[in-house]
This record gives sequence, structure tokens and C-alpha cells, in this order.
Amino acid sequence: MRSIAALVAGVLMASAAGCGTTAAHTAHASVDVSSMKVGLAYDIGGRGDQSFNDAAAAGLDDAKRNLGLRQVKELEATPGEGDQQKADRLRVLADAGYSPIIAVGYAYSDAMKKVAPDFPHTSFAIVDDDAARGRNVTNLLFAEEQGSFLVGASAALKSRTGRVGFVGGVQSPLIEKFQAGFTQGVKYVNPRASIEVKYLTQPPDITGFDDPAKARTAAQGMYDAGADVVYQAAGGSGAGVFEAAKDHEAWAIGVDSDQALTADPEVRPNILTSMMKKVNVAVYDYLAGIADGTMRAGPTVYDLRLGGVDYSTTGGHLRDIDSRLEELKQQIIVGKIRVASH
Amino acid sequence: MSSFLDRMLGRVKLGGWLAVAAPLLAVVFAAVITSVILLATGKAPLEAFNALAQYGAQPRTMVTIINTGTEYYISALAVAIGFRMNLFNIGVDGQYRLAAVVAAGVGGAALVPGVLNIVLVIVVAVIVGALWAAIAGLLRVTRGVSEVISTIMLNSIATGIGSWLVKNYFGVLTGNELATKEIPADAHVPGMALIPGTQLQVSGFVVLAIVLGVAYYVLLNRTRFGFELRATGKSESAALSSGISPKKMILTTMIISGAMAGFIGMPELLGSSYKYGTNFPTGLGFTGIAIALLGRNTPVGMAIGALLWSFLDNSSDTLQLLDISKEIVAIMQGVIVLSVIIAYELVHRYRIVAEQRRVSRELAAPKGPQQVEGAPA
Repeated sequence: MRSIAALVAGVLMASAAGCGTTAAHTAHASVDVSSMKVGLAYDIGGRGDQSFNDAAAAGLDDAKRNLGLRQVKELEATPGEGDQQKADRLRVLADAGYSPIIAVGYAYSDAMKKVAPDFPHTSFAIVDDDAARGRNVTNLLFAEEQGSFLVGASAALKSRTGRVGFVGGVQSPLIEKFQAGFTQGVKYVNPRASIEVKYLTQPPDITGFDDPAKARTAAQGMYDAGADVVYQAAGGSGAGVFEAAKDHEAWAIGVDSDQALTADPEVRPNILTSMMKKVNVAVYDYLAGIADGTMRAGPTVYDLRLGGVDYSTTGGHLRDIDSRLEELKQQIIVGKIRVASH
Repeated sequence: MSSFLDRMLGRVKLGGWLAVAAPLLAVVFAAVITSVILLATGKAPLEAFNALAQYGAQPRTMVTIINTGTEYYISALAVAIGFRMNLFNIGVDGQYRLAAVVAAGVGGAALVPGVLNIVLVIVVAVIVGALWAAIAGLLRVTRGVSEVISTIMLNSIATGIGSWLVKNYFGVLTGNELATKEIPADAHVPGMALIPGTQLQVSGFVVLAIVLGVAYYVLLNRTRFGFELRATGKSESAALSSGISPKKMILTTMIISGAMAGFIGMPELLGSSYKYGTNFPTGLGFTGIAIALLGRNTPVGMAIGALLWSFLDNSSDTLQLLDISKEIVAIMQGVIVLSVIIAYELVHRYRIVAEQRRVSRELAAPKGPQQVEGAPA
């Protein structure tokens, strides 16, 4: 129920925000939804990754249900592929008449830069990327640092040892945003808390997003050293952090989706909360905007106010501190607390 | 007598109609098995094959197939050089990636202008690839470390060194992407508008790939070094007793294989992305192994294999448009490699059996009088 409410609120707020801003360029007019052909290009993992891609898929499914989308096509990336394949994927969709086309993940940045100008009458959106701009490109961005601040606060409130950990998949600027917000949240609640940070790989090696064994070792080290809450922003590797939390009977914090609902049932009791990055809200919002002709090109940042990021309460582990977290959330929304993104 | 390995790596040649029968048999195998899998997943095989054919016939996709195939082909050549003398250079992957990172860093620094920069980038890549492969060669020659083990580990180390270089020395941040500095426009290798009907251009590196293919053929079949390499591959002890130093051959072959690996990343680096970042293709070294097996280490066979592989890899999006899972592509590729190995093995065995029959028939003919002689009168 909560997520639907957030979804509706997000959509309402997004359109309200849209009315307030001066239109730089309106890319689209209102479209007949039933004849709209929507293409989604996933990053590696695709639908079923229990995390980032699945969140995008959920937004698409909501749009199918609520907006009456009929023609939808989802294409998946192959591990190890280069920009040529990514560009080709966008071209295949555009050639087949799909519009809008949503690229899920900043890996599509260069491909988008190449392909979007060749199809001026096709609408494109790209998640997590601000670099690929164009008259027909909408950039769907998130204030990951705000959501991470809140789960950081929850970690500090729940920690008995005053030691917490952060496991990042790949040390890219995007994941550093999660770390920055988390650190600020922890320190806001407990300035003396210590935070141990570990990234699994360094770019351009992106295997850190798909290496649960490595993540497990990293998290075990943190728990052994006395940490009792570890936040993971490590994509598919996160499962390893959950296993380590189970072994040590300690807390882990999930990411992207509400992982207390999506992770392996065995480890779910150890998931304190999840930093939900609601790609589904952004995707739904974008499609709704295309459908009623209000969607604009350029960046939109989905933050706490727009319901783009949030923390989950599944499992009821936060009951004792929920009011405190809600208070912090409101303070961020009204700007009393400013969370830096790096 | 040839071993299974000799036959698998194409070191034993088939003559006459058998040379045609084996690949045909492989294609039939692969088509039948893929059809069965498609049927099992509830898809019409004909529809899928039809979609593939249509995909392959579009001008845009032809360009993509050739461009990806170029990289695959060079990778297969690098692997095949080792295969021809029983060296399993699994490290082509690490060799080309490390070579590309260093070359991208050097190229991005724009130390020299224009064409000179292109030459510099390629030379750096070839040297880095050769040196990285030489480590495995030296370990094998001096300490007897299997090159399979050492190159796999060196792949991991190459990944680490690549990240370290990008993070600390070569990296430039654009949006969320950390990559090496882009090589300046005057050092971009232009494409060729070979195929009409599309804006996409065929990579200029196709020419290089063909040159490398010819060089591979000449080196192996028309030089003393090539003869020694093939001889060592067939029997190390025989090579040794005829005055060839297997140690020297192992080291030299690893170095040449690594140098060839240095070329693999060049079409992407100088002709497409101009930088090394998270989207730089990985795993091409392993693709090369499959294609070398598929093409049986012959220059033409591997060229056909590379194009076929590239066609299948690039067709995954089209199949997905038809709601056919992209995993079917990986299955098809696996089935094709197995089919080729099995088909050739079957044909080889058929030939061996046929020869044995022929020999025993010939032996049977004088057998009669002998029996008569020995039999009591």
C-alpha cells in the first residue's frame, strides 16, 4: 500500500513540479497510449535481477496496468558487450518504431549520445545519467544520498557497538553518492560512530556488481571487527553481504528495491531496512508524462520530495525509531537538513 | 597415430570430400539441436531462423557484424598461434585488456600528433600484450608452470592493474563514467562506407585483420619458424632431437600470441570509443578460443567462425523482439562449437575405420595362398 501511495504522490508532485518550471523545450504532444510502443533496454541482469533492473520493470508493469500500455518490448544486455552493442540495441528498437525508449543505467550514456540524434522523432529516457543530453532525451536521476542518509541514521540508531560498515560494488561516482549520504546520516545521529568502507572493485572493472563471494568476505571482515550494521550498494553482490549478516546474526541494509521482500527468504530477517531507489516511480512518471504530453527533455531528479528515494519498513524492525526517521525525512524535504552528494 | 587433441585443434587435415562433409554435418547438427530447444520452449524454429536471416540481411546489421567480427577474428588468431604448438594461451583476454588500457592512456596523452599517435598506440599495445604474455612463457620455461594456470591468474592481475592505472593515472570523469582521456580526433581511424543503405561505417581495421590473417598463414606455413612451431606442437621430443629448442619455441610463441592479442582492442579504441572505460568490451579473449576451435585454426575457417559468432551475438536483440530469450544465442554458439568438434571427430573416425578396412582388405588378398602353404596337404 505504502509504495502505491508513494507512487501516486510522486506522480502528482512530479507533474506539479513540471508546471512550475519554465519549459525549455516541449518534446512531445499527447499520444494515444494504446498505440504507443514502449521499448526498454536493460543493463546486464535484466528483468529478474531482484534489484535495479527489476525496479524499472516494476514501473513498466504499473504503466501497463494503469495507463493501458499494450505494446512493450524489453531487451537485455549481455555481459562484456561494448558500446557498439548498446547502441545497436537502441537502434533496433528505434528502427522497429518504438518510442519512447528507456535505457536503464548509465552504461547506455555513450550509446545514447550516438543514437538519439539519429532518431529525432523518437523519445528517449536514460536512468542515472546526466551526460547524454538532447532535445529528445530525458534524464531520470535520483538523490541517492538522501535515501542513504536515512538508512545511515537508522544504522546509527540501531547499532550497539557504534561501528557500521558500507560495502560498495564498484567505486564509481554513482556508488560514492550512496556512501556519502550514508556517512552523513550515521554521523548526524552519532558523531562518534566509526564507519568502515569497502569497495569490491575499481572501474573500469565492474565485476564488483556481480560477485557475492567477494562481498561476503568484505562484510565478514566488518562484522568480525565489531560492526553490527552493514549497508550494501553492490547490486548482485549484495546477496553476499546478507549471508554474512545471517552468519553473524547482525543487521544488513538493502538497496534499490525493498530487499526484505526480494532477497533469499533465509536472509530476510537480517535485513534491517532497504534504501529504495524507486526507478519504478521514475519510469512510470516518465511514461505517464509521455502519454499526456507533459514530459520534457532534460534532467529530472527524483528525491525524497518526489518519492524517488525512500527507506523501507518491511519486517517492522524500525518500529521503535520510525518517528525519528520520519522527522529526519521531513527535515530533508523542507531543506532543513542538506545532504551533500559527495 | 593422431590424438583426439590433434584432431580437435585441426592439426590433422582431412582430404577430399571429407573436408566438406565435416562442416556440413556440424551445421546440420547445430540446426537440429537448436530447433529442438526452440520447440521445447514453445517457439517456432522456422520463425526464429527467418528472423535471423532477415536480421543478417539488413545493411546496418551487416556493418555491425563485420565490425564485431573483426575483433573476434584477431582474438582467434592470437589464440590459434598458441594452439598450433600445444600452448593454451587462456590469457589472451588479460593481454588485450591490459594492452588496450595502457595504449588508451598513452594515446589520450597525445604525445605525438595525428597518424603518429595511431602508430604509437598500436605499437604500445603490441608491446604490452607481448610482455604480459612473456611472463607466462618465462614461468613455463624456467619453472615449468602450466601456461593455462598462469595465464588465468595473469588475467585477474591484468584487471587489477588496469583499474589501478585508470583510477590513478589515466582516468577522466564524465558523468558517472570513469574512463581514460579520449584519444584526440586526429588519431581516429576512419571507417569505410562499404555497405550502402546505412550511415554506419565498416571499421578501417578490417584491412588490418585481413593482413594479420595472411601474416598468420605465411608465418605458420611458409617460414622455418612456422615449421618448427608446428613440429614442436606435434611432438616436442621429435622436435628436440632434430635440433629445435622447445623452450625457445614456447617463449617465442607466447610472445607472438601476446603481441597479436595487443591488436584485439585496437578497433574499439581507435575506431569506435576512443577511450577505455567500463563499457570497453571484455571477454574477447575467450570468444577467440571458441572461434579458433570453430575455425580449426585455419585463417579462412576462423574468419568464417568470427563472422558467424558475431552474427549470433549481435542478433540477440532481434530475437528478443520476437520474445525469444537471448540465452538461445549462447546455446546456439555452444552447440555449434560442440557440433564442429563432434562432426570432425566422427569424420576422422570414419576415415580411420575406412582406412583400416581398406588395409585389411589388401592384407586379406595375399592371405589365402599363405594359408594354403601352411595347411597340411
